[in-house]
Amino acid sequence: MSSSAGLVSELLARLEAGELTSVSLTTDCLEAIGERDARLGAFVDVDGERALAVAAEIDERRAGGRPVGALAGLPVALKDVLVTTGRPTTCGSRMLTGYVSPYDATVVERLRAADAVLVGKTNMDEFAMGSTTENSAVGVTRTPWNLDSTAGGSSGGSAAAVAAGMVPLALGSDTGGSIRQPASFCGVVGLKPTYGRVSRYGLVAYASSLDQVGPFARDVSGATLLLETIAGPDPRDATCVDTPVPDYRSELETPLEGLTIGVAREGFGDGLDEEVAAAIEKALDVYRGLGVTLSEIELPHAPYAVACYYLIASSEASSNLARYDGVHYGHRAGEYEDLEEMVASSRGEAFGTEVKRRIMLGTYALSAGYYDAFYLKALKVRRLIRDDFRRAFESVDLVASPVAPTPGIGVGELVDDPLQMYLADINTTSANLAGLPAISIPAGFAADGRPIGLQLLAPWFEEARLLRAARMHERETDWHLERPGM
Amino acid sequence: MTERLTRDDVLKVARLARLKLSEAEVEAFTEQLGQVLEYISLLGQLDTDEIEPLAHAADLVDVFREDEPRESLSREQALANAPSSDGAYFMVPPILPGT
Repeated sequence: MSSSAGLVSELLARLEAGELTSVSLTTDCLEAIGERDARLGAFVDVDGERALAVAAEIDERRAGGRPVGALAGLPVALKDVLVTTGRPTTCGSRMLTGYVSPYDATVVERLRAADAVLVGKTNMDEFAMGSTTENSAVGVTRTPWNLDSTAGGSSGGSAAAVAAGMVPLALGSDTGGSIRQPASFCGVVGLKPTYGRVSRYGLVAYASSLDQVGPFARDVSGATLLLETIAGPDPRDATCVDTPVPDYRSELETPLEGLTIGVAREGFGDGLDEEVAAAIEKALDVYRGLGVTLSEIELPHAPYAVACYYLIASSEASSNLARYDGVHYGHRAGEYEDLEEMVASSRGEAFGTEVKRRIMLGTYALSAGYYDAFYLKALKVRRLIRDDFRRAFESVDLVASPVAPTPGIGVGELVDDPLQMYLADINTTSANLAGLPAISIPAGFAADGRPIGLQLLAPWFEEARLLRAARMHERETDWHLERPGM
Repeated sequence: MTERLTRDDVLKVARLARLKLSEAEVEAFTEQLGQVLEYISLLGQLDTDEIEPLAHAADLVDVFREDEPRESLSREQALANAPSSDGAYFMVPPILPGT
């Protein structure tokens, strides 16, 4: 098997022992991308030359006995919403065709400093708005488990790249489930950190009070390493807090004693696929078998999360995306009479349908006469949702649910029905509204081969607990060792 | 919570958002945004009169730092992605008549 499909811990050990070089690992990744990506559509840009040069420099340092960083020459892919110098950042949008950032995102700086080999940028729904990558101007990303089905979204490219063994690690961003849902659809581990755990500097903004950057990996240990590398305060993002970053890896293998996991009926509502329900029940049985107490809890405002989320996210988006005016950067229309028409035509030509729809919804919700009834109302409901979790975490350590109501969304299945597409986010949006850390871990497969993810949520800044609990499940199951046939 | 969204509402909002929409988009958005707003009106079931709004979930109030000058982008870097520039400024069409 190609080294590109290996687990991070094994790859690190082989790099350390001199059995593997970063150049050969990076070469394997580039070959895997060349072989498989025409069918998947995970990458929008691959920078093989620069990746190999970086890998060679790291190998040379290691060979000379000099120190190498925590990522030690491991290839990493970046969702194309994280700005990078030297190569374009397009956010899946015609608006940013050819845009090259003059600076690196903080997480990108940290990856470079930790000796990651950045191999390329991955596909996504335009400006991270979507659940299938079908809103990308470049085209859809498919899950390697079933090529008729999407990789999920919006970070579908990163999830598929890791699942298909094209890279061991990738970064995504999660505003309403955009890491966890594609992780579920692609059968990999995906973590959304606590709001404020990871810097958003250089993460192109969608909804600033909800956005977080987080890791994808094929196992919990890989995701843990990547989180540790990117987490921590950043003077350039005032919302990124100075709470110390624990050494997550040191206790990862230690099971949690006396763990109580809360299960809310609201997480298993109408429209939950039977195979998903069965897989989640089986995953909960794994915890029962480990002596974990499962406790029924109530999250009475969970059914309002999708409505609350789409109002807040769209309102913030309508404000954030006002920067695309055809003046400072991005697309400018060819024909216009005056400045206003130049701006409106540039935006009308270059934004895709879903981005327009959300800008419209947000502008409406913020406009005179509707602000109180929509935006302000949603902010109040947001507090109720947050308080539900505060109350729940007084009696349980974690909350479990399915990530998504189905094992996937087929290519074309929901493109013409935005409301149904939004409703599929029922179990993921609460974590963003409340600011909680949440993870998707592999928990089985549907009969058609598509993977199913279990979601766990922890209290604020309890990533260590979340990762240890995820690892407890992983040790007892082989789901993370399954590989797509392709 | 609201009356059905009309075509005029959509045109008004598009103007506010500086979005030029095609005829097909105006038609589709009238229908689709109407459905979404109808769904969202479910929030009206909740009594929130006594609830304070929550703008973000971080327990942060004000974050201060010293106001010290630092390196920033050069003019060349700042203008590098501009659709139109004269090397010193971003260029836009005249906004005053007769200029």
